[in-house]
Amino acid sequence: MKSDLLLRIVTKLLVPFALVFALYVQFHGDYGPGGGFQAGVICAAGIILYAIIFGLPAAQRVVPTWVVHRMIPLGVLLYAGVGVVAMLRGGVYLNYSVLEHDPVQGQHLGILLVELGVLITVSGTMTSVFYAFTGRGR
Amino acid sequence: MEVLSGIVAHYNQWITVFLMVSGLYIVVARGNMVKKLVGLGLFQTSVYLLYISPGKILGGTAPILDPAYTTYSNPLPHVLILTAIVVGVATLALGLALVVRINEAYGTIEEDEIFDRDGAA
Amino acid sequence: MVLLTLMAIVTIAVVRVRNLFAVVILSGIYSFLMASVLIVLDAVDVAMTEASVGAGIATVLMLGTLYLTKTTESVPTHTPLLPLFVAAVVGGLLLYGTIGLPPFGSADTPVHANVAPRYLDKSIEETGVPNVVTSVLASYRGFDTLGETTVIFTAGIGVLLLIGGRRRKSKAEAEAEAEASGEEA
Repeated sequence: MKSDLLLRIVTKLLVPFALVFALYVQFHGDYGPGGGFQAGVICAAGIILYAIIFGLPAAQRVVPTWVVHRMIPLGVLLYAGVGVVAMLRGGVYLNYSVLEHDPVQGQHLGILLVELGVLITVSGTMTSVFYAFTGRGR
Repeated sequence: MEVLSGIVAHYNQWITVFLMVSGLYIVVARGNMVKKLVGLGLFQTSVYLLYISPGKILGGTAPILDPAYTTYSNPLPHVLILTAIVVGVATLALGLALVVRINEAYGTIEEDEIFDRDGAA
Repeated sequence: MVLLTLMAIVTIAVVRVRNLFAVVILSGIYSFLMASVLIVLDAVDVAMTEASVGAGIATVLMLGTLYLTKTTESVPTHTPLLPLFVAAVVGGLLLYGTIGLPPFGSADTPVHANVAPRYLDKSIEETGVPNVVTSVLASYRGFDTLGETTVIFTAGIGVLLLIGGRRRKSKAEAEAEAEASGEEA
């Protein structure tokens, strides 16, 4: 009983920090190590930790299954959509320089959107796979 | 000391080859499916080491541009291996899902018992 | 160098140990050692990814699989002579191939000569991003990253197709349940 209480309190302290750290890694990927993949995995790890300690139904009330199922293709759509928008504005596919009036600003915007797409897909996939494995129990 | 500096220069490559060979051995020789997948992961990790070791420059630093440093290690292998790591875990997830389904269909995850059951049926 | 020796020791342990729970934890330790080696080799992005993916997600997924299957490996029945021989031959050929490689850490190898200096020079003025790995991943080689995201998407869809639905009972299980409830009633 005592060890269960300790785990629950430590998890309640850790999960918000894990999610904020995932956002930090995502947006500071331009200036330090990081980027979409690491951020997606850390975000998924935070949700998985919550699901392990508090049980799968509690986690599915916070992050429902249909949300993570919809997140998987949304990121790929965002990434490919950035390329199509670049084509509509006159450049070749995935040329970020034509997205804005200034090429460097266009690159910044393009990289930001693309990493956001990667974050959504990676965190959605890892969480859905975890939900599938634990929901299959005996 | 010549021999020692020669060993240090090539130690990375010997350990890489050792890890690769032991991963291959686990995949080929062990019958349990989860252990085979662990061995496959070991093999993939040794390939990451194989790609990143030549990119390092002694005296260089991480490839994040900063006015205080002039020499950077090569960033191109890092990009390739980043992709490879994530693809590796995606393959692992699919492999584990297949192992779960095989277990539900045959009742076991040992290769020998599955072959026996297929041979008897 | 010490880290590499530790990795070799952990690998030998993974080969020999038969308790699968211990094997999974050992592979998590192996991933952490790998992340440390990658930091020593100046690959900071890769180290962060390997630590979070290898020691986090892979361990959790394998523990989930062990929960659904069994946790001990059976004693191997065949003698491992042929696999050992194949492994030794492959190892010998690879070692023979590494003789011609340049020594570790030298700066004048061909791999540093062609495209990498251009990316390092032009990254700030063309993309405005100091982290060269991110600018190469998202901008210069953006197609590869699109393909990688598609691979993750495909793997997620595949796992959901295999395990996501409701588990249909096999005929043997359904008969056993019918017998048990028939006996009770």
